[in-house]
Amino acid sequence: MRTALTARQRFWWTVIAVVVIVFALFPVASIVATSFKSSSEINSGTFLPPHWSTENYQQILSSGGSAQTLFLSALRNSIGISLISTFVAVVLATVAAYAIARLDFPGKRIILTTALGVSIFPVVSLVTPLFNLWREIGLYDTWLGLIIPYLSLTLPISIWTLAAFFRQIPWELEQAAEVDGATPWQAFRKAIVPLAAPGVFTTALIAFFIAWNDFVYGISLTSSDRARPVPAALAFFTGASYFEQPTGAISAAAVVVTIPVVILVILFQRQIVSGLTQGAVKG
Amino acid sequence: MTATTAQAHHKAKASDRAKAEARLGWYLAGPAFVVMLAVTAYPIVQAVYDSLFRDQLTDPSGRKFIGLRNYWVILTDPVWWQAFWTTILITVITVIAELILGFALAFVMHRAVRGLRGLLRTAILVPYGIITVVSAFAWFYAFDITSGYVNHWFDWVPGISPDLNWFASRGTSLFVIMASEVWKTTPFISLLLLAGLAQVPGDLEEAAEVDGATAWQRLMRVIIPNMKAAIMVAVLFRALDAFRIFDNVFIMTKGANGTEVLSLLAYRQSISQLQIGLGAAVSVLLFLCVVGICFIAIKLFKVDLAGARGES
Amino acid sequence: MASIDVKNIVKEYGDGFLAVKGISLDIADGEFMILVGPSGCGKSTLLRMIVGLEDITDGELLIGGERMNEKAPRDRNLAMVFQNYALYPHLTVRENIAFPLRLHRGEFSEAEIKSRVERASDMLELNDHLDRKPANLSGGQRQRVAMGRAIVRNAQAFLFDEPLSNLDAKLRGQMRTEIARLQRSLATTTVYVTHDQTEAMTLGDRVAVLSAGELQQVASPRALYEQPVNLFVAGFIGSPPMNFLPGELGGGKIRLPFGEFDLPDRVARAAGDRSLVIVGIRPEAFEDAKLTQPRDGSFQFEANVDVTEWLGSELYAYVPFQTHEAVEAKLAELERQLDSEALRTQFVVNLDSASRVRDGDTAALWFDPAKMLVFDPETTENLTYDEAEATRLDEENEADRKASIERARARAAKEGAAA
Repeated sequence: MRTALTARQRFWWTVIAVVVIVFALFPVASIVATSFKSSSEINSGTFLPPHWSTENYQQILSSGGSAQTLFLSALRNSIGISLISTFVAVVLATVAAYAIARLDFPGKRIILTTALGVSIFPVVSLVTPLFNLWREIGLYDTWLGLIIPYLSLTLPISIWTLAAFFRQIPWELEQAAEVDGATPWQAFRKAIVPLAAPGVFTTALIAFFIAWNDFVYGISLTSSDRARPVPAALAFFTGASYFEQPTGAISAAAVVVTIPVVILVILFQRQIVSGLTQGAVKG
Repeated sequence: MTATTAQAHHKAKASDRAKAEARLGWYLAGPAFVVMLAVTAYPIVQAVYDSLFRDQLTDPSGRKFIGLRNYWVILTDPVWWQAFWTTILITVITVIAELILGFALAFVMHRAVRGLRGLLRTAILVPYGIITVVSAFAWFYAFDITSGYVNHWFDWVPGISPDLNWFASRGTSLFVIMASEVWKTTPFISLLLLAGLAQVPGDLEEAAEVDGATAWQRLMRVIIPNMKAAIMVAVLFRALDAFRIFDNVFIMTKGANGTEVLSLLAYRQSISQLQIGLGAAVSVLLFLCVVGICFIAIKLFKVDLAGARGES
Repeated sequence: MASIDVKNIVKEYGDGFLAVKGISLDIADGEFMILVGPSGCGKSTLLRMIVGLEDITDGELLIGGERMNEKAPRDRNLAMVFQNYALYPHLTVRENIAFPLRLHRGEFSEAEIKSRVERASDMLELNDHLDRKPANLSGGQRQRVAMGRAIVRNAQAFLFDEPLSNLDAKLRGQMRTEIARLQRSLATTTVYVTHDQTEAMTLGDRVAVLSAGELQQVASPRALYEQPVNLFVAGFIGSPPMNFLPGELGGGKIRLPFGEFDLPDRVARAAGDRSLVIVGIRPEAFEDAKLTQPRDGSFQFEANVDVTEWLGSELYAYVPFQTHEAVEAKLAELERQLDSEALRTQFVVNLDSASRVRDGDTAALWFDPAKMLVFDPETTENLTYDEAEATRLDEENEADRKASIERARARAAKEGAAA
């Protein structure tokens, strides 16, 4: 029925595709274009830069660039903190989700409900008390001081997503492997791990995006480039001089932190989509 | 006699096995559970406690228990109510816009041929992958009076001129804030709706077609009713998310010109002004609002979160 | 290859549910044993206890004379084909088949694995698919891969858990003969679980009929068909199923719903002093009087035919009748046990396809009362069960089986010598 498209259908599908792609990519293209405008042309009022310039990128990346230390330390903080909190969340969530998917125990629903509750928690409500406590116990403006609250973002979604993934693994394969002569450990490693690994990987990817995206914790619980992650650092960029807006530098930095994530999204889109929807709707 | 002892024996055995399984279950799931509680339950309890004190970091000696007076101060202050209604406005408008756009996108992807579907999916995942702050900057710079191009492009539209400062008045600022929010989160909602669409059995639609339903009738009477659960879950999640809006507002206006939202108010009280007691009270109120939204959704609209998540 | 001895095995679940209530079975070396019964009868549980995926609550399991109760599945050296095939989705067909061999590092050389996999794939005609993933295979191909994984190592026995239930009817027929051929040529002890009585009858050397966790009868297919021990076995085996009618006895007569007849001695002896029995008559025992002359002593009657089905090779005619309230409850309970639903009380006769009996006709039918079985309406036991005849049929079947294995061996030896 839908195999061969008529010319008319082809035309409309092309229009639709163009509209969707423009909708999805326009703001990205916009900030990329801005990032290549030189400081003198930043206010040109055009979409594309009149002259393409890498001035802004030099400012944030090359040694001696005015925003280089600020940006690179933020980048280091963001990568480190996001990776660690993702790792911790995925490890904790993997064992928890295994228990939820495979074992029958009272309180299973409580754990899932708690995860749901935590995931809808307003982050700002947590920030005030954490701000106080961290200042008292010295976690303010440290990596650990962000890793811990990031778990409130990454752990619930990891548990949900992994539990949904694990529920779909045909666990009878483990038994099949045992009948085939495998030890329980061999059965787990050769039959189950290869099937569970994509789910764990996808979950890690989604959790990483969430940690990477955080802004509230980032600006509230840090005060210097010791721990401030990229989104927060962007808000604190200053121009080369007091009167100059840091538009170009911010755009360049935004592009730099966006590109790897967009590449990851495109590479693993299938997994991400299944992960996102499995965690939310029965897949 | 023998029968009863045999039965008692069975019972004991059953509970032994169940006990061992329960123990293992909690050993495995317990750490995650404890961490989740530690990072949310503890701070909120602390916030409730803090909110009962007059407490300013700038004046540590002035700390004093004042009961619910912080709440009284907040709830009688027009600043709170302005932020409250702004947040509600943003939530309602963005969720409606996202739902309509998201459904259109989901429907397009659902109907598209295989190759095109992949392309569209890739495209709409780009906004999902972008940091909210980056998206806020992108929209901000596009509309900004000095660096933006929107004014130049659209100066033929009545009301838009090169001198229009979008971020100088409430309506225009909120428009850009909401546009960026809608752009960033529509992909997520459309993926949820796409999954819901995929669950509507194809033969239902075919049956309706044979019964003589038009395309519009099939959509309204067969497809949408059958994915109601998916829609409700998507709406609830997005509503809760939109209600916590912070990043875009912070980047674009910092709450100026009547664009302050509740999250920003809480942040300003505690982090910027170091009014710990008042800030904690705002945090608690915000939390109660979210609980209220959930309550309304689950009790009034019967959103079955667990069921929709395949957990029934 | 080994014999499997199941001795009074019991399975009780944690919640106290008795899934298997003490079953004993001796499965001879090389024998094809079928476990059949409606869903929930405990057949799969029994199989899973044999393979070691379920613990045995009580009783003893011997394989090749060795006690296996406590052994892990991998130490029992059995191969199993699962209902959903349990193919490893991340491995190719080749690696799926090689999987059991690769688990024992060093035991098989790469060359030997290769030759074994190839031999299995030759046997199952999988050569064209060896490098594909299971997701890209059809149902029948997946089924064959699962069998390949079972035959690739020299397992002591093959266990099949409803292997054909996910295939369509045509493929099921083909795979059935494939399994039969494979089992004959390998002569490996096989236990095969199914709920389908056709599979049971066509594949099995012997068939064990289970109901509600209890063994009803173990016998050769023919003995089950001709000499069922009770109402359940009689009703379960045969398609269309045996007709059960109320029979009232008295004054040397038997009254059936369609008429009153002289009571044959055989039935009188079996019924004893009972005044009411359940009479079982297979559909194919009936004949159309217009086509075949009734034999002496046969029961002849007129019947109002409701619906007929002409199938080419035969004709089914459905005849409604008034049942007797004293047996109604018992027959309804039997229907429940058999997992079927009796919509109306009718019996079915299987006539020659040349018969001109049509819907709404009044047909003249007859049957030989020697083919009539009589069951006790209380205990449901078959009162006309002839143990000597059942034993004779079983022995005949056993002799046939040995002969066919012998032929298969001789043929294999000849082919081996020729090659």
